[in-house]
Amino acid sequence: MDDANSLLKAKGICKAFPGVKALNNVDFELKPGEIHCLMGENGAGKSTLIKVLTGVDPLDAGDIFLDGKAIAPKSPHHAQQLGISTVYQEVNLCANLSVAENIFIGREPLRFGSIDWKEMNRKSQELLARLSLGIDVTQPLERYSVAIQQMVAIARALDISAKVLILDEPTSSLDAQEVEKLFGLMRKLKKQGLGIIFVTHFIEQVYDVSDKITILRNGELVGSYETVNLPRVQLIAKMIGKAFDGFESSCKTLKLDILQERRNNFLQVRGLGHKGSIHPFDLDICKGEVLGLVGLLGSGRTEVARTIFGIDKADSGEIVIEGQTVAIQSPADAIQYGLAYCSENRKTEGIIENLSVRENIILALQAKLGWMKHITKKRQDEISKKYIALLNIKTAGPEQLIKNLSGGNQQKVILARWLLTEPKLLILDEPTRGIDVGAKVEIQKLILSLAETGMSVVFISSELDESVRCSSRMAVLRDRVKIAEISGEEMEEKYIMQTIAGV
Amino acid sequence: MIEMKDGHFYGVTIDILNRAAPLMLLAIGMTLVIATKGIDISVGSMIAISGAVVASLIGGKLEYVDGVKTLITLVPMPVAIITALLVTTLLGMWNGLLISKVGIQPIVATLILLVAGRGIAQLITQGQIITVYYKPFQFIGTGYILGLPFSLFVVGLVFGITFYAVRKTALGMFIESIGINAVASRFAGIKVSKYIFSVYAFSGLCAGLAGLIICSNVSSADGNNAGLFIELDAILAVSLGGNSLDGGRFSLVGSLIGALVIQSITTTIYALGVPPEITLVVKSIVVIIICLLQSAKFRKIVFSKWAQKRGIPSEKNAAKL
Amino acid sequence: MKKMQLSYKYINLIITVVLFFALFAAGSVLYNGFFSTQVLLNMLIDNAFLIITAIGMTFVLIIGGIDISVGSVIALVCMLSAYLLEIQHLSALIVIPLMLLMGFLFGIVQGSFIHFFTIQPFIVTLAGMFLARGLCYVISIDTIMITNSFYQFIATYRIPLPFDNYISISVMIALALVAAALYLNNYTKFGRAVYAIGGNAQSAMLMGLPVGRTKVLVYGLSGFCSALSGVVFSFYMLSGYGLHAMGLEMDAIASAVIGGTPLTGGVGFITGTVFGVLIQGVIQTLIMFQGTLSSWWTKIAVAFLLCLFIVLQRIVVSRKERTKSIS
Repeated sequence: MDDANSLLKAKGICKAFPGVKALNNVDFELKPGEIHCLMGENGAGKSTLIKVLTGVDPLDAGDIFLDGKAIAPKSPHHAQQLGISTVYQEVNLCANLSVAENIFIGREPLRFGSIDWKEMNRKSQELLARLSLGIDVTQPLERYSVAIQQMVAIARALDISAKVLILDEPTSSLDAQEVEKLFGLMRKLKKQGLGIIFVTHFIEQVYDVSDKITILRNGELVGSYETVNLPRVQLIAKMIGKAFDGFESSCKTLKLDILQERRNNFLQVRGLGHKGSIHPFDLDICKGEVLGLVGLLGSGRTEVARTIFGIDKADSGEIVIEGQTVAIQSPADAIQYGLAYCSENRKTEGIIENLSVRENIILALQAKLGWMKHITKKRQDEISKKYIALLNIKTAGPEQLIKNLSGGNQQKVILARWLLTEPKLLILDEPTRGIDVGAKVEIQKLILSLAETGMSVVFISSELDESVRCSSRMAVLRDRVKIAEISGEEMEEKYIMQTIAGV
Repeated sequence: MIEMKDGHFYGVTIDILNRAAPLMLLAIGMTLVIATKGIDISVGSMIAISGAVVASLIGGKLEYVDGVKTLITLVPMPVAIITALLVTTLLGMWNGLLISKVGIQPIVATLILLVAGRGIAQLITQGQIITVYYKPFQFIGTGYILGLPFSLFVVGLVFGITFYAVRKTALGMFIESIGINAVASRFAGIKVSKYIFSVYAFSGLCAGLAGLIICSNVSSADGNNAGLFIELDAILAVSLGGNSLDGGRFSLVGSLIGALVIQSITTTIYALGVPPEITLVVKSIVVIIICLLQSAKFRKIVFSKWAQKRGIPSEKNAAKL
Repeated sequence: MKKMQLSYKYINLIITVVLFFALFAAGSVLYNGFFSTQVLLNMLIDNAFLIITAIGMTFVLIIGGIDISVGSVIALVCMLSAYLLEIQHLSALIVIPLMLLMGFLFGIVQGSFIHFFTIQPFIVTLAGMFLARGLCYVISIDTIMITNSFYQFIATYRIPLPFDNYISISVMIALALVAAALYLNNYTKFGRAVYAIGGNAQSAMLMGLPVGRTKVLVYGLSGFCSALSGVVFSFYMLSGYGLHAMGLEMDAIASAVIGGTPLTGGVGFITGTVFGVLIQGVIQTLIMFQGTLSSWWTKIAVAFLLCLFIVLQRIVVSRKERTKSIS
């Protein structure tokens, strides 16, 4: 490679967290005047790579070069001084301070030892004008939209002489106009010779603005490609991890032939929506089917589940369960109607880390029964032992704290928790993420056998082959809108990818 | 330490137990509040209110009926007691409402009542210290049953019921679960705000009971000084009992022991002839030590150094062997 | 539209200022002799020490912390200065700087515990509160009267103002501190860093601000203000006693909150805090003029205001969150 022409170069980056190899021998190169997209699904290692480049986390192995010189960023602040600035989705500024202060705090212009507000405001106004942003810099930052806040963050970064600008999912909460404005700015900066690393999960935007794409999957580098030479479908295939010609091998052997029973609707959703997270959608879920929700990260998969389960109170539409309209105001209500939801964030929304395996298992059933109808200790022991054996949970015993279990076993405990409530509809959000292959297969098999018993399952997964294997029908989401339903013959990966990509 | 006199047990142990009764009651309520990751700094004020309500309702009119000096109560004693407990429970509910429904931080929400409470107590007593002459009322704080102070039976009863409720029903697990991870608890179907509301109401009830005992003990209601700073003792008792101030797992027995330790410190210092106010210094040192031990960062800094220091000689020893 | 938006952060401050003048006007209409400059000045004279403490507290609240040790520190300063002046016969010129230094260091130690060991500020300052109050009794159980001539002079000296009005030296100290605090808040890197950290400590760190140092210094500042307040309080009381300034921390917090400083950090107004104190002063004065109501009505009124303002802040915050999620 042409070293002289590279702005930022990372070679052989390795980074492991306890139990996970987050980055394994990853190379990355950014040239001046280039907008470089970093792509990958959840857990692919995008954010770890950024954290390593900006000094949030130290790297285990590998080298980083900036302008050909080896650097070792110790902290985000240090990285910034070296010339690598990051703008995050949740803007890392102080929204309670004025726009001008946010640009200059920590390096305010002084006059006789005290802050020279006039000078600071004038300089900020100038700086923002150069980015074609004419706003009142004396107003608090929180008064402005996220898009403008991001531009202010960029302005701050530029003023601290940034050479490399990292934009981490900046567009997730912007509308189309704002995105266009941001892209305009990015192109302008590109012309000035800045290198921009752009992380997003909106495919359209990648093709709109980027010159190059680097794809990561499971902590490994898939490859770097010129954007113009990489068709959308191939991009998705590379992200999701399916060789483009390996479709025939996708095993449908395990799939159940239950489409005949589709007449038995269990749950019908009509026009359910939640402002800011998911556009109103319709959805039917039948008894004994596995409905896959597919779409890229941020497409609204999780939001569909959260709205149905009453975590985000729907502001439009209705839910009908077995012919009756129900009002689900909270997860507790949803559970009473026979729903169960296994969150994708196992750690923050699933396990109660300082409680034992036994307590974690019986929690939802006990909550469903209420505090008075206590499940006796003896019964709890029986239940938890039964489920530990049934799901093959590896634990020293029911009294072990759940935080001491591995990710896959924690996931099984949460599954046990929900199975115990005998749900009629089980919603599983990324149940196999971050767990080892053996446990993955076990969970997939379990899902299918549950459907066989007549339980409805909604299955959300980033891994397309897994979705195809498990689901009997699929709903496709893109940009927080449900765009299609796929069933039968259409359910093969190429077609699904095309639907997701919108071509 | 314990001896029989006039059919009563006497001695330092009994004295400590008896004096610790109000604190133990508060500690029971506070344990549950802290287990949900909350805090209730208004209990001292609620004690003052409870005392003020009961004292002003029972009243202290001495009149001569048929030439015999008798005391006229304004309302029957049970009614007065129930009213006082009701009032503090309602105040606890007010705290619970602000925290679970309006979403105000626990310290801030209970701060309101802490500031207002003593004013309300004064309002009830009209700024006077009301003395209660009614003998049956004094029994609560100073009476004996089976040779043991009556107040201990109150503590025993409250403790028994609470212990049963948290360990023999699912209540304890729900409270711990909420304290560890409120979001995950809600997702598992626990009605989080309902339980948070309830623990503050219960803390109010406990404070009411403690207020009755304190009021009865000194036969008067002093809106200014009854239960002054006792909220801090209650928090201290809970954390002395090995309960984390970050919520989660809790031990009621531990909190009771914590309360007894605090009372023992006070009594000991008293017995040494040192001014009782100096207990404050001792308490502050205890708080600091507990905090440091609970601080993960502190343990990391100190114990890793210890381990290093010890690690090196032990290696040397190993080499010798 | 800009004006509509402008109001939300200042809403408490505006209400407080308006309320203050409304209460003062009401008093003037109701009671003879209420409407006079001296009544207004007396509020300052009687509450100078509270203004000083509340300013330190405002800084702590802006950074997102709390300091409940301030009342006890005041008591300790009174007690220790009484002891040093009367029993050790030290000069006032030595005692006062010594007290200020002690308060500052007391705060620094508390701040270090909070920052370096990540212990909750409430708990650390609780321990500080116990400690300072306890140390008072270690010095003496009884009141020590201050007869030092310098203190006596300052306590009784009246600075004459036009039209037969006067203020005390304590008021001058308080006003000087207000001016200094305003400058510190608005024109120094330290002051702006306090706001930044209170608004978002994570961001502040990413922007390279000295988070730890600022945090520790803020508690040091609060300790210094308490010590200064203690010195002023000893001019006012001319004695040292373990029960001095009981519960003053809550008055100080209430003043700041009523003055528009929320307990969530990132926002705060020095002028608001001064008005917060003055509102308490005007309520006290009203009750005094009324004659039949007792002083504890002040507490109830203050708590009522406190509740009102906290709930109001909560509503503002939740509305802001909602509009954010919609946009």
